[in-house]
Amino acid sequence: MTDAAPLLQVRDLKTHFTFRAPSTGVLPGPKRILKAVDGVSFDLAEGEVLGIVGESGCGKSTVGRTLTKLEPATSGEARFRGRDILALSAGAFRPLRREIQMIFQDPFASLNPRLTIEQTLAEPVRIHGLARTREEVRARIADTLVKVGLDPKVMTRYPHEFSGGQRQRIGIARVMIVEPRLVIADEAVSALDVSIQAQVLNLIKDLQRDSGISMLFISHDLGVVRHISDRVAVMYLGRIVETAPKAAIFEKPAHPYTRLLLASIPRIRPGRQPVADLGEPASAASPPSGCAFHPRCPLATDICRSTRPDPVDLGNGRSSACHHAGQLLGEAA
Amino acid sequence: MASTETPAGGAAPVRPALDTPFRRFLSDFTDSRLAVLAAILLVTIIILAVFAPWLAPQNPYDLAVVSIFDARLPPGSQSMDGVTFWLGTDGAGRDLLSAIIYGLRISLSVGVASAIIALTVGMIVGLLAAYAGGRIEGLIMRIVDIQLSLPAVLIALILLAILGKGIDKIIIALVIAQWAYYARTVRASALVERRREYVEAAACLGLSHARIVFRHILPNCIAPLIVVGTVQTAHAIALEATLSFLGVGLPQTEPSLGLLISNGFEYMLSGKYWIAVFPGVALLITIVTINIVGDQLRDVLNPRLQK
Repeated sequence: MTDAAPLLQVRDLKTHFTFRAPSTGVLPGPKRILKAVDGVSFDLAEGEVLGIVGESGCGKSTVGRTLTKLEPATSGEARFRGRDILALSAGAFRPLRREIQMIFQDPFASLNPRLTIEQTLAEPVRIHGLARTREEVRARIADTLVKVGLDPKVMTRYPHEFSGGQRQRIGIARVMIVEPRLVIADEAVSALDVSIQAQVLNLIKDLQRDSGISMLFISHDLGVVRHISDRVAVMYLGRIVETAPKAAIFEKPAHPYTRLLLASIPRIRPGRQPVADLGEPASAASPPSGCAFHPRCPLATDICRSTRPDPVDLGNGRSSACHHAGQLLGEAA
Repeated sequence: MASTETPAGGAAPVRPALDTPFRRFLSDFTDSRLAVLAAILLVTIIILAVFAPWLAPQNPYDLAVVSIFDARLPPGSQSMDGVTFWLGTDGAGRDLLSAIIYGLRISLSVGVASAIIALTVGMIVGLLAAYAGGRIEGLIMRIVDIQLSLPAVLIALILLAILGKGIDKIIIALVIAQWAYYARTVRASALVERRREYVEAAACLGLSHARIVFRHILPNCIAPLIVVGTVQTAHAIALEATLSFLGVGLPQTEPSLGLLISNGFEYMLSGKYWIAVFPGVALLITIVTINIVGDQLRDVLNPRLQK
């Protein structure tokens, strides 16, 4: 493998959930399939941050959970350093878990309330054999706590003694202590106060830059994604509709959905037109025919209603799954 | 003396540290005077039971001490040797107070032993059901449902009819009659805990299933287990008394409270009430105090009921 090969290659990833439709009578309802992730492909280079944005329910979190094997994938492959991690058994995947880590959303639920910070952080170190003696483990914990901006003295305390921002720092420490190569941050700052968000976001960015970690940054918040990402992928109903370098996607969106998302960011600027109303997203349990976005799309034509567009390479690292992508780009130019 | 007092208007008064979990638990628990009283009584009963050979006036099993001539003496009467029988004597001439203390010892040890074993069995089965999910969970929970749909006395009676008498047999019967309560309790709270993010985080870190279950999920399910364990201990004691009263529990050589009541019952109609009533009162006090303590534990440990 050459250095240029991406750290993670995801190809046609599908994660479907089966559930029973509500029963109308005595018999159980029919089985339905929810296509939470339905054919997602992307590459992630070493040291790159890819932001994944989309509305709630678009499947962006499921992508992260599938890549950490918290949910089983239905089909597709995800090559990490060339090895398909989705095909690995739980036992074979375990050593790789050190390299692929996840930062969770809710800092109040993601720490075990019964364990001290030291116990919480010592666990990954011991499991992966990163330090032998008690002193070594403790030194490593102290180092990591300093890295995430906490006093090493806090290690004897319990999670309930900390604020949300501090807890999220501890959650980040738990990830960083094993020196991962790939970090999946699932709404890592969404549960925090706006004033704390920026601090934690900068911390994540600094840690990522310093150790050259690749990161999948999943968020519904375009502002946050813009701050941290190198490239951005926009998801709609289980698919990636547009991928582009950060600057390009925010200046010249090549998909009407991205446009709508950008227009929906509230801005504090008097005298401007009101924020665009996104309307309700279609249900992933019964997606529309053709392009899933066509019922909400201002540009929708007959072809959109009948044929689902595949992602088209537009050059400069961009791709868009829209029949009218060319028109959109031309218009904006 | 005035110099040692805190000067008025000085720094904020130093409050006692209430933020350790145990301190908070203690202060919440002592909110109810009844519960405190019950806890003190319960501790007394436990001490009596544990140190029975040193605390009881007489060894009721020592045939050299017990005299048949002292049989069925009313409370407060004296033996031929001048010993006072505060609660009277039973049909064999045993000091009833001593017999009750020794009976408590047997009743409590049977109750506690069966509760601990049933708790362990139920806990493991419940955790397995919650963590494994799917068919295993379905199978386990149906067995639990079947178990809970049959009265515990009936199950124990049938088992004892098959197994025969003896302390070990009655403990086995009580465990089989009660493990399902623990399994259901543990499964309910483990189901909640296993969906929490810290369990997913533990899985992401590559921890083994055993470690996730026992170090992460189980410690967070302990509170309801303690509550159910307390109440079920009381149930086990009552159940054992019932079985002994019916004559299928313990042998005459190891008289528990239930057996004492049963033995005294035949004298009830001849006016010798004390032989059955005093062991009954002792049983009642034991079970009621355990239940009050258990109720208070439930109130204190249940986060949803907290102020």
